[in-house]
Amino acid sequence: MMMAMPRTLERPSVYYRLTLIEVASMCIGSASIVVLIASFIGAVTTVQTAYQLVSPFIPKYTIGNIVSASSLLELAPTVIAFILAGRIGSSIASQIGTMRVTEQIDALEVMGINPVGYLVIPKLLGGIISFPILVTFSAFLLHLGGAIAGNMTGLLSYDEFAYGVQIWFDPHQVTVMYTKSFIFGFLITTISAYHGYYTNGGALEVGQSATKAVVYSCIAMVIADFIVAQVML
Amino acid sequence: MSIEIRNISKKFGEKEVLKGISYTFEKGKVSMIIGASGSGKSVTLKCLVGLLKPDSGQILYDGIDFHQTNRQELKEIRQNIGMLFQGGALFDSMTVAENVAFPIKMFTKWSKAEIQKRVDFCLERVNLTHSPNAYPAEISGGMKKRVGIARAIALNPKYLFVDEPNSGLDPLTSSVIDKLIQELTIEFNMTTIVVSHDMNSVMNIGDSIMFVYQGRKEWEGTKHNILRPNNPHLEEFIFVSDLIKRE
Repeated sequence: MMMAMPRTLERPSVYYRLTLIEVASMCIGSASIVVLIASFIGAVTTVQTAYQLVSPFIPKYTIGNIVSASSLLELAPTVIAFILAGRIGSSIASQIGTMRVTEQIDALEVMGINPVGYLVIPKLLGGIISFPILVTFSAFLLHLGGAIAGNMTGLLSYDEFAYGVQIWFDPHQVTVMYTKSFIFGFLITTISAYHGYYTNGGALEVGQSATKAVVYSCIAMVIADFIVAQVML
Repeated sequence: MSIEIRNISKKFGEKEVLKGISYTFEKGKVSMIIGASGSGKSVTLKCLVGLLKPDSGQILYDGIDFHQTNRQELKEIRQNIGMLFQGGALFDSMTVAENVAFPIKMFTKWSKAEIQKRVDFCLERVNLTHSPNAYPAEISGGMKKRVGIARAIALNPKYLFVDEPNSGLDPLTSSVIDKLIQELTIEFNMTTIVVSHDMNSVMNIGDSIMFVYQGRKEWEGTKHNILRPNNPHLEEFIFVSDLIKRE
């Protein structure tokens, strides 16, 4: 075995496996926070929408429609993405940053492995794949939380909520939601990976990179959010 | 399988860190780059492995210019390089065995059994068969260095680079690591380059030695004539401790 060492290019299956690991890690790792936040935001949106609709001429099912449209257009893709920027973005930046300051990235480079390809691409693909999954999940939970809150507080029944969701439902809102989720997934992973990759120094700088990753991801997201809304609506 | 550096220079901003260093590192020998902190020895090593590009000069791997060659040749050279980093640079998310298996998985199409056999061989070679499933955070500094060596030799490299192998280690463990580097160099007939400022290490394994002072090569020789260097800067470096006496 020592005599002949067949060298090949880096194996594509390794990258495929890494991407799957990233998708699983992002989805499973963020599931609990998404469940909690999405359910409660759905509930709060229902209660606050009902508070503002005081006229008896406005049917109660309008609340369901407003909650649904808000969820699909903004709450599911954007608000959840802000939360994911904190969880996933800081995790990516600190993970890659720690690898940088402990020479693990140098080790990859010396081995002849492209560190950007090995570390960033699977995370980028993982973000682009897992964000729409998490956003779909959160959109469902926003509706569910809203319906349960409306029913529990006596504001409107499940049927009224469901009717409101369906009556003026526009499939284009779903397209906007997924467009935003792809873009936000891309922005969070690339910005965070960039800040992690260019970390210079020690533990303090790793923390600073994680903070920068979250802040710049959020700024990029609000700008992208406005552009998508302007272009698609 | 020698490595030759020809007149390499490197600047960071206005600061000239390397000033025209030339040297030949021979196959089957442990060559040491020594010098005080900030003298430019680590920058020399980083230029040698391609982590930094010199501003001028050549680095030749068996006659091939490392920084001018095509991508394919560069990839081939890189895959023949093994490196032990100062802190080990082990991948935190992988176990000891996975760390050693990593380059094999990335660059060969071996079966699981073949990879396992090679990992076992490498770990046995560095006397670390008892904790293949431990994570880097769970092992000592000396063990990390040994895992780093096992990973470096996993693909049977032609060139081995070692950055400060004894930093943070007790004298006994340092001596074990030095001995291991020397044995592996002879066993695998590698061109080994060690960056160090540890004189014990120099006296133990320095087959050929280059002393770097303020970015310049000030002296070259072997462990046999380093105690009579006839160079004031090297004398100051060596005899700062009472443990090493002038001949």
